[in-house]
Amino acid sequence: MSAILEEILAQALKELATVSDLNQLDKVRVHYLGKKGLFTLQLKELGNLDPEQRRSVGQIINLAKEQLQQQLEACKERMEESALAARLASESIDVTLPGRGQSVAGLHPVTTTLRRISKIFASVGFTVVEGPEIEDDYHNFEALNIPAHHPARAMHDTFYFDAHTVLRTHTSPVQIRTMESEQPPLKVIAPGRVYRCDSDITHTPMFHQVEGFLVDTDVSFADLKGVIYEFLRAFFEKDIQVRFRPSYFPFTEPSAEVDIECVMCSGKGCRVCSQTGWLEVMGCGMIHPAVFKSVNIDSEKYSGFAFGMGVERLAMLRYGINDLRLFFENDLKFLEQFN
Amino acid sequence: MQISLAWLRSYVDPSINTDELVEQLTMAGLEIGSVEPAAAQFNGVVIGEVIAMQQHPDADRLRVCQVNVGTDEALQIVCGASNVRIGLKIPAALCGAVLPGDFKIKKSKLRGVESFGMLCSEKELGLAADAHGLMELADDAPVGVDIRDYLSLNDVILEVDLTPNRADCLCAEGLAREIAVLNKMNWSATAFNNSPVTHQDSLTVSVADTTACPRYLGRLITGINASAITPLWMQERLRRSGIRSLGPLIDVTNYVLIELGQPLHVFDADKLAGNISVRWAKAEESLSLLNNQVLTLNTESLVIADDAKVLALAGIMGGSETAVSEQTDSVFLECAFFAPLAIAGKARNFGLHTDSSHRFERGVDATLQTRAIERATQLIIEIAGGRVGPISEVTTKTTLPARIPILLRKQRILKTLGISLPDDQVIDIFQRLGMAIQTQSDHWLITPPGFRFDIAIEADLIEEIARIYGYNNLPSSSLLMRSELCTATEAILDIDRVKDLMVDRGYQEAITYSFVDEDIQQAIAPEMEVIRLKNPISSELAVMRTTLWCGLLKAALYNTNRQQNRVRLFETGLRFIKTDDTTHQQKMLSGLALGDVYSEQWGEQSRKVDFFDIKADVQAIFALTGCVAQFIPCPQPALHLGQSAKILSHDGETIGWLGMLHPVLEKKLGFDCPVFLFEMDQSLVLNKRIPVFKSLSKYPSVRRDLALIVKENIAANDIINCVINSAEATLQDAKVFDIYRGKGVEEGSKSVALCLTFQNTTQTLTDSEIDAIISKLLTLLAEKLNAKLRD
Repeated sequence: MSAILEEILAQALKELATVSDLNQLDKVRVHYLGKKGLFTLQLKELGNLDPEQRRSVGQIINLAKEQLQQQLEACKERMEESALAARLASESIDVTLPGRGQSVAGLHPVTTTLRRISKIFASVGFTVVEGPEIEDDYHNFEALNIPAHHPARAMHDTFYFDAHTVLRTHTSPVQIRTMESEQPPLKVIAPGRVYRCDSDITHTPMFHQVEGFLVDTDVSFADLKGVIYEFLRAFFEKDIQVRFRPSYFPFTEPSAEVDIECVMCSGKGCRVCSQTGWLEVMGCGMIHPAVFKSVNIDSEKYSGFAFGMGVERLAMLRYGINDLRLFFENDLKFLEQFN
Repeated sequence: MQISLAWLRSYVDPSINTDELVEQLTMAGLEIGSVEPAAAQFNGVVIGEVIAMQQHPDADRLRVCQVNVGTDEALQIVCGASNVRIGLKIPAALCGAVLPGDFKIKKSKLRGVESFGMLCSEKELGLAADAHGLMELADDAPVGVDIRDYLSLNDVILEVDLTPNRADCLCAEGLAREIAVLNKMNWSATAFNNSPVTHQDSLTVSVADTTACPRYLGRLITGINASAITPLWMQERLRRSGIRSLGPLIDVTNYVLIELGQPLHVFDADKLAGNISVRWAKAEESLSLLNNQVLTLNTESLVIADDAKVLALAGIMGGSETAVSEQTDSVFLECAFFAPLAIAGKARNFGLHTDSSHRFERGVDATLQTRAIERATQLIIEIAGGRVGPISEVTTKTTLPARIPILLRKQRILKTLGISLPDDQVIDIFQRLGMAIQTQSDHWLITPPGFRFDIAIEADLIEEIARIYGYNNLPSSSLLMRSELCTATEAILDIDRVKDLMVDRGYQEAITYSFVDEDIQQAIAPEMEVIRLKNPISSELAVMRTTLWCGLLKAALYNTNRQQNRVRLFETGLRFIKTDDTTHQQKMLSGLALGDVYSEQWGEQSRKVDFFDIKADVQAIFALTGCVAQFIPCPQPALHLGQSAKILSHDGETIGWLGMLHPVLEKKLGFDCPVFLFEMDQSLVLNKRIPVFKSLSKYPSVRRDLALIVKENIAANDIINCVINSAEATLQDAKVFDIYRGKGVEEGSKSVALCLTFQNTTQTLTDSEIDAIISKLLTLLAEKLNAKLRD
């Protein structure tokens, strides 16, 4: 390599070392490799040499040019990298800060519980039916085999509008309304608000029930037991103990109360279960022939079962809520716990 | 009802402990609500007899007694009770005794005189809430015997929570009978000898309505000592059933009530005028009851009367005028069977509920009256002496409850219970239950006993089989049912989807009472007719809601009063309105928002929620249904005049309302910031559009923006509607993207910036075509709305 070329290359590399941005880098490139760059000029002068020399000198120039080009590329890459690093550094944020915008709220625990109950029964083909809350005496009592002055009426503290119109005391009237308009087979659940004229630490004048019933040609108490067992196990997601106790409802015969092993103490006995180890969770039974008669369904041909459960009670057991009244105060501090 | 377990075990004593017996009864449908000890814990108390007594030398009210407690030497015990006297037998707590409340008895000195124990009252032994003086024991009480043994205090009281069908178990014998059935044991009813008739005086009884009173028995007992003391064993059994001793005559009738389940009544015979009749009351007749309540009777009240006056409300309560007292010498003892329908509801109509009405309403064994009157007679004579007259009886056999055989088919047992039981097991169950059985080839005819009012049809018999066999021993099958495919209604949006949307948009679901404060509702919805409860629980929960806003506003206040400055709530449920005398129960969806639009956060500027925030939430629901709703300005009594919109469906039906709570109401209700509300009828808002596909255009769309100057009273919607109604086929979309007021726009006008999108499905639109459309639209806007293009 000629001394002059070596000097140019050395000078170029020296300049390259001091370059601090892409702009300067480009200036260096143009100064040496551009159309009028120093290397280009050198190549142009090749024409003045004899062909022998031209080849070898040309080779030397190209070699030097390539060397510089490589350095330029490397430098460019370094600069781009550091520019990107600088950009990323400058754009970094505190990712631990919360996201912005609207927060998500939640459903009322009664709704959540109702939805779970509905889902479990819907999975085996029960349909959800609703009925009026202002109900007539006939559907709330008479058709359910509770005539006027029947002692069972004392079990229902009824809100009245007039002698024949009440706030429904249970969701059982939906059973009557459904059977009046549809023929078996029927598989129905009826969730909703019910009302009793009672208010103290363990009673609110309004609460929720789910009534369910199934009518078909061959439905037995064994089917009722099976459905209730499976429902309670599905609801509590646990293989809990369940027992059936004889009881009395005018609209079912035989009638039963259903107890589950106390979910608070696993049946050992605690304050919640009054030391008995058992918790009453629902009433049920085989639909009474008098009820079938009032809706013109032949009880010789068809049989069926019905059950009714308190939604707040199940929600309290499921979530460990200790005061019924909290459900209707709508305190955000309470509601937000179920979001 | 409450009852002593020891009493029950005196009839039938299975070899199972109390816990097992309680479990057994509960599982047979006789739920035991509680098991309480018959007496508080105490020990070291024996029967003592006061054998000598002296005045205390230094205290007027104290006596120094020598008490025989069965040991060689009498104990000296100082006593302050007024009824202490020589010969009296009393409970004596010895030194070292521990009385209820962990009260230890020690040797002590009272005003200088040594005392080696304490003589006790009922209160001190925890047997009564209060007491006057020492507990007086019978003269034959054995001295030195532990009082707990003497009074059988190591007993428990069962609280039996009976369902209304099991009136037969409202007595000791009924429960004993049931225990015997469950344990396959025999039991015997109380044995006694009828008292011989010793005089012939009687009263004539006449029954006006033999359907209401199929059987009436009465007899005169004369020469009674009504101030005799009821024996302790009876007092104790009554006490364990929660009944206070009220003298021997009342005690005996109460005792027979608890023992046999038969209500009885004693009239003071000297206060009766003439003969006895059972009849319906005349209108406006009055009766002063034992509890001093004065009733004005009506023709639906069955009464017992003499020739002059009404004596008692039949089967419910006696009158005060003919009540027995300590001075009573002769009584007329009544023992009747009243039909349940004649008594049912009558007590409640007068606000009464008695042990007697409770039983007659549910059904008393109609075969029991003779035995019960004899038992009561025997007990009265035994305790209070007297001479017994003959029984006057009026029985109408045809109106007594008929005991008709009930058909029980074997196949029906299988069908109902899902289990086939051997014949002899079925027969055994019914025999133990006291039922008469006739066996046929494929069925039985079963006649229930008189005490089982609840057995009337085949299903009742099957329940008895299940009950005695044990519900938990019955099979359980896994669900085998016919299945049908359900319909998937697409034209109605599931409310659950809307609830989820509200939750996702930051609204917490509330559930408020369906009945509300009338004053608040009147303020919010003054134009609505209210549906009023006849018997509300309180004036704050007295009328049915005509809008869900009442409850939501109350819930919001509850929270703002508890340092919540941002509240977003929604609720679904019925509202109850009355139009033309018809009640409508409409499903509504309502929401409320107040305070900051977002919860406090670093990333958003804090801003209060406004009309357009909740309008966006409402519009999000319509985005789910795909339906177009109109929001038109319209005054609503609860809302701010300038910030309220009626929500209309595209065919003009009113879906609901949206707006700011009227500032006057805001203040009146106690809010200190604006409150925004919406309410919509679910049946209208949930109508869902089923999509219909339109082919996509291959040609580019063109956007043109227009800035229009219009008067302030022109609503954005008017402009959009005007453009849309132009029926311009290539117009795809029209929206407002800016509103400007100020420099360059004269006062009273505004500039509305519109963005219009055009597209043709068959070719690319040319500039000249679009220019022509725009010019047509501008002409239309100028004509209809006096809108001008902004320079």
